[in-house]
Amino acid sequence: MSRGLLYSFLFHTLVIYLTMLTLPFMMREPIDLPPIVSVELIEIKDKTYIPFAPKARKIIEKVKEEKKRVVSEQAPPAAKAKEKPDRIPMPEDKKETKELIKKKQNPEEIKPQIRQASEFEKEELFDTNEIAALIDKAKEEQAETQRKKDELTQSSVKNSFAQGLSLSEEDALRAQIFGCWSVPLGLPYDKDLLVRIKLKLKPDGRILKSEILDHARMNVPGQSFYKILAESALRAVRICQPLKVPPTGYERWKELQLNFDPTEMLKG
Amino acid sequence: MRKILLTLSLLLFFYNNAYGLITVDITRGNLDPLPIAVSPLHVDPKSEKISQLETEKLGEEISKIVERNFKSTGLFNPLKKDAFVQKPDIAHLKPRFEDWRLIKAQALVTGKLLIKDKKLKVEFRLWDLTAAKEMVALSFTTTPNNWRRVAHIISDKIYERLTGESGYFDTRIAYVSETGPKNQRIKKLAIMDQDGFNTKYLTLGNELVLTPRFNTTNQLVTYLSYFKNMPRVYLLDIETGIQEVVGNFPGMTFAPRFSPDGKKIIMSFAKDGNSDIYSMDLETRLVEQITKHPSIDTSPSYSPDGKYITFNSDRSGLQQIYVMRSDGTQVKRITHGAGLYGTPVWSPRGDLIAFTKVRKGRFYIGVMRSDGSGERLLTENFYQEAPSWSPNGRVLIFYRETKSDSKGKGFSAKLWSIDITGYNERRLKTETDASDPSWSSLLSK
Repeated sequence: MSRGLLYSFLFHTLVIYLTMLTLPFMMREPIDLPPIVSVELIEIKDKTYIPFAPKARKIIEKVKEEKKRVVSEQAPPAAKAKEKPDRIPMPEDKKETKELIKKKQNPEEIKPQIRQASEFEKEELFDTNEIAALIDKAKEEQAETQRKKDELTQSSVKNSFAQGLSLSEEDALRAQIFGCWSVPLGLPYDKDLLVRIKLKLKPDGRILKSEILDHARMNVPGQSFYKILAESALRAVRICQPLKVPPTGYERWKELQLNFDPTEMLKG
Repeated sequence: MRKILLTLSLLLFFYNNAYGLITVDITRGNLDPLPIAVSPLHVDPKSEKISQLETEKLGEEISKIVERNFKSTGLFNPLKKDAFVQKPDIAHLKPRFEDWRLIKAQALVTGKLLIKDKKLKVEFRLWDLTAAKEMVALSFTTTPNNWRRVAHIISDKIYERLTGESGYFDTRIAYVSETGPKNQRIKKLAIMDQDGFNTKYLTLGNELVLTPRFNTTNQLVTYLSYFKNMPRVYLLDIETGIQEVVGNFPGMTFAPRFSPDGKKIIMSFAKDGNSDIYSMDLETRLVEQITKHPSIDTSPSYSPDGKYITFNSDRSGLQQIYVMRSDGTQVKRITHGAGLYGTPVWSPRGDLIAFTKVRKGRFYIGVMRSDGSGERLLTENFYQEAPSWSPNGRVLIFYRETKSDSKGKGFSAKLWSIDITGYNERRLKTETDASDPSWSSLLSK
């Protein structure tokens, strides 16, 4: 009996602990992302994506200015960190940590950043409380620097970065699938035509597993169109493979969800 | 217990990961025709010989009909048979998917046939080559002479399975066959398969005939005949050949059409320069006047649910299209654009109305929603009119006349089809010149 209680107590403690550990990350994730918007949008400049182009141009101009500032601010903190290795998060260090978090999405850049940081800072990264503190402070500062850009970046964030692929990466993938998807034309315009497909990918972009998320709808009487639509989406994905996924960051995109919805196209 | 705790903690960890699943919205695709391979049907060597039928070639002929049907839709691209690697007999049992994928096919049709005891048995399978699985497999047994229909039915089943809407290949077209010089045209009522084969003439050409229309069971045709120089609406049973005058009107009746349930015929009746719309119950023979207006109301067509009627009228001064309830109330004009509008026909799907528009001396076939919005002109020409819907509401058939020169030569009337996107316009083969087409519903439902 007492053993049972003990296990129950341990289990609940663990759950609460894990919740505390994981939930803050979930909460902060979107907040962490905006600064990356500015960095990534410069990359997209060469790969024009027409619907976003007018916004992107404005953003790029802003970003260029921002980037100049960031670059000029980048050098001093690195030097300072070396001068005062024992100092834990002081206001000056925030920019450094901010840079670290910013680059998290792009693994190529994470490694050099970590290498640049001193041994001391590496250790600090493992202290969750301090990480939380750093993130909080970074968040405040980022909020300030981002506030001006918010209007411009909001739609872009919504469209891609909150999801973990850069716009150009997402565009490449999307354009590839557009070309492979033969849309069945006998679909009713006024019905829900959303087909969600979850993919597990190999590192080379080939498909390991594909799964229709609303599989139950496949056999609903009077919704035979859904089966046909879902099959066409699966065909598109299979024809397209290997998918044009980013060369790095497999962990990030090894699972993908594709939402196929031809409503606009059929109506248009 | 440790294992349980470990599993739970792992579950929590993965839950957190799942939250960050990358999603990409795919809102566009391509409208390129779907590459499809139609393998010739394997003819069972045990098949009996049938006179007037080359049994050995039957498999290939059926596959050719299926291919032609697909090609005509504009939605499929049947691949050339030269590129096929696998033989029909093996392909039908178990296709080597990788071989078919090599030629860029996305779907494959295989099949076999056997003639035994004077019965033709045809099996076919549709394969999804990317998923390497069967999509549909069916078998039909019929008399050998019915082999063309089997090919059309197979086409319909595949079309339905791949596009999500019913097909329109196992159908017929009734039309007016025209021969002779323009001022002495001989017009006969004719009927043919939708691909132009099996033409039959239903009248001898002694009197002028116009506007044939099928009923929903495709057994009756109502049309206008100038028998004894009196234009009246007639009813013809295709199977028996029996004809009768519809109603006992003291004047000219024209522009007939069946109601969706086939129980009524709706038409125009002209008297003293005024024409109104009437309906007649085929069982009780009761006649009902639907419009009552001192103008020309004509070309009535029911909505598929039978609740509304669209027609054209010059009550506003110019010929325009109107919609009213089937009892004649709530008349509402739906066209307001420049030009004249006529021959409205309600789509079998109920969403669109097809029409002919005349503007600045040019003729257009177009579609619009049943409230008159979203007008789209699909094709323009010197003279064309009388659109009729395919049973799935995707394609329109109409006729087009060419201009004759000063000597009266060069005149012709041909049937054409166009799909509602306006991109797939095709001429239909007919034995003679043709006008006033009417598309039947599916013969096998």
